[in-house]
Amino acid sequence: MKALVENFDIFAPRLVDKEEYFCAGHRACQGCGEALAIRQMCKALGKDTVIANATGCMEVISTLYPTTAWKLPWIHVAFPNAAAVGSGVEAGLTALRRKGKIADRYVKTVAIGGDGGTADIGLQALSGAMERGHDMLYVCFDNEAYMNTGIQRSSATPFGASTTTAPAGKASFGNKTWKKNLPEIMVGHNLAYVATACHSYPLDFIEKVKKARKIKGPTYIHCFSVCPTGWRAKSEECIKLGRLAVETGVFPLYEVEKGKYRMTIDPPEKLRPVEDYLKPQGRFRHLTPDQIKIIQDRVILEYKKLQNKIKCSKSWDELAK
Amino acid sequence: MSKRIGMEVAIAAAEAAALCRFDVAAVYPITPQSHVAEHLSDIVADGRIDAEFITVESEHSALSSAIGAAGTGARVVTATSSQGLMYMHEVLPIASAMRLPIVMIIANRAVSGPLNIWNDHTDIMHERDTGWISLFAQNGQEVVDMTIQAFKIGEHRDVMLPVNVNMDGFQLTHMVEPILMPEQEEVDKFLPAYKPYAMVHPDTPVSMGTLAMPEFYAEALKAKDMAMAASRKIIAQVWKDWEKQFGRKYEPIEAHRAEDAEVLMLTMGSMGETAEIAINELRKHGVKAGLLKLKLWRPFPFEELKKLTKNAKVLVVTDRAVSFGGPGGPVCGEVKAALYDEPNRPKIVNYLIGLGGRDLTISDFVDMMKRAAEATKKMPAEAYEYYGVRE
Ligand SMILES: Cc1ncc(C[n+]2csc(CCOP(=O)(O)OP(=O)(O)O)c2C)c(N)n1
Ligand SMILES: [Mg+2]
Repeated sequence: MKALVENFDIFAPRLVDKEEYFCAGHRACQGCGEALAIRQMCKALGKDTVIANATGCMEVISTLYPTTAWKLPWIHVAFPNAAAVGSGVEAGLTALRRKGKIADRYVKTVAIGGDGGTADIGLQALSGAMERGHDMLYVCFDNEAYMNTGIQRSSATPFGASTTTAPAGKASFGNKTWKKNLPEIMVGHNLAYVATACHSYPLDFIEKVKKARKIKGPTYIHCFSVCPTGWRAKSEECIKLGRLAVETGVFPLYEVEKGKYRMTIDPPEKLRPVEDYLKPQGRFRHLTPDQIKIIQDRVILEYKKLQNKIKCSKSWDELAK
Repeated sequence: MSKRIGMEVAIAAAEAAALCRFDVAAVYPITPQSHVAEHLSDIVADGRIDAEFITVESEHSALSSAIGAAGTGARVVTATSSQGLMYMHEVLPIASAMRLPIVMIIANRAVSGPLNIWNDHTDIMHERDTGWISLFAQNGQEVVDMTIQAFKIGEHRDVMLPVNVNMDGFQLTHMVEPILMPEQEEVDKFLPAYKPYAMVHPDTPVSMGTLAMPEFYAEALKAKDMAMAASRKIIAQVWKDWEKQFGRKYEPIEAHRAEDAEVLMLTMGSMGETAEIAINELRKHGVKAGLLKLKLWRPFPFEELKKLTKNAKVLVVTDRAVSFGGPGGPVCGEVKAALYDEPNRPKIVNYLIGLGGRDLTISDFVDMMKRAAEATKKMPAEAYEYYGVRE
């Protein structure tokens, strides 16, 4: 792995599609992790893909009429319904191909949304689409708040973060709830593939998207996307913050293949203290050592829960034997 | 040749959609539309047509996935009613802005508050300005015919708008009526294969549903309105084609004994048939009564209405919906706007009737007509009246 990263310039062209499907010139903020992640995802998906996008930063920054950053066929309808629109795209492509009205070639449907469009207002549509078993990959780009509308909290906002609707103040330390575990909800839908990812680990993310693309049926990837603007961090620290989230155990990278949990990026032997991750971010600036301790304990607990699943889970194939 | 059969109208609506060989149906059940949903799924499950049926988890997702499917270039049908239509509301104007000719069969029903599953026209009135063409059927035959016509109207390159076909819940949906069901070959001849303008597919990559800043948004709305205006001609043409092939005539307003009528009544939907009997009764007693049945709610037939009401002294407008704090029922507001500039316009009397399934008898219509005739001497004090409703 180390040698590969050192010789990235030599290896990268072979690992990553050189074609750009999500093009430069869009209006994302400097250091936007979400836009970077989308670019990586598109490279992994390749040309034969249709994207259904929920309203949110990525839609707004990429398709200011009459321009578009998308070279892939792309459709946006509203905020809560990317998964439903994707369901229709998949059904349409299936019917039209079967009836000989479009080319007889496999085209993957991919629905994407932010954490708000996925974990909150779009959760019903997502659950419905996954339960119905559409041949569709859903990717959630989780920047931990409603960024498009000005950093309001979502159910994916972490404990203690200050947002514009859960602000820190004299009587409040910011967001009082723990981040909703959406990947686990997706595992509960019996998907053949669920994974977490982060743009700071591009090869890992690309590998996961490629894996999901190959599976005929519903799959889900939850991509942690750093938002320097909303997190009150330096834009040049985008990649570093993604790595710190993984190295502190705040956001572990794993996959669940047919029920079997597996770590895909091994965190350090001993997790780094959460403080390393919280400190560079203005949204956590107000936290007291006691509050940081609460977060640290919870991160360790969640991490242990995950490790337990990794240790105990068996793949469906194994169980069926 | 079409066969005359007895069939429940909701089922006939689904059969009509199947005759149009839709590619995708996305439907969520709700009374009194449920038989449409069930029968569409039957048709697909029995392999009678080659299509995908999406068992969506809500109406919001029904129309959203209908848009997704239509975006790929598929011919798409959906159906709903009342709460379901309102639940879809967010997505309706987007479907028309994206210029996707989805057809929606609506079983008109009252909206909750209090909960009520019976017929009136409140549900569609909330969707009036979403940029959909709205047809109103009077009986089962019209439901079948209009469903087929809807695809041809919406898919026309000069229109490219979604179309809804309105049928009264229960009064129509649950009635077994004699229906001339067109043969498949006849419909194939009438309705050409759908040629979409754009498709989200890697062979034709497009960005559909983008964001428009103030310098473009207004143009998008104007384009929609221009398409709506252009649809008048196309609707007339499609109806002419229909009459030529099937012998049944359609007009934006169907007039009954209206030429020399002094007192006219205007209805929409199934009550037209009851009102017609009342008009005939009145004529027997020498009252110069006539009836206008509105079949096209959007685009509204302003010119036709002006022509047909030119000689009348009184026009009784019936509304099966309320516009709270407004000028009367929503149909009446439209009628008044249409006639404002006319030098010889009739006095207009507005009755709000049949709300939440309140029964309407022939004698109710006779009574309304008789009372309205008084308006030539003295206009009622109130702008509109809840006919037969307790204080
Ligand atoms: C029905 C509806 N409610 C609210 C909004 C306003 N809105 C648009 S995007 C958005 C938040 C998006 O947040 P998220 O999904 O996390 O994506 P991000 O912008 O953070 O990438 C909100 C609240 C809307 N467009 N539609
Ligand atoms: Mg977000």
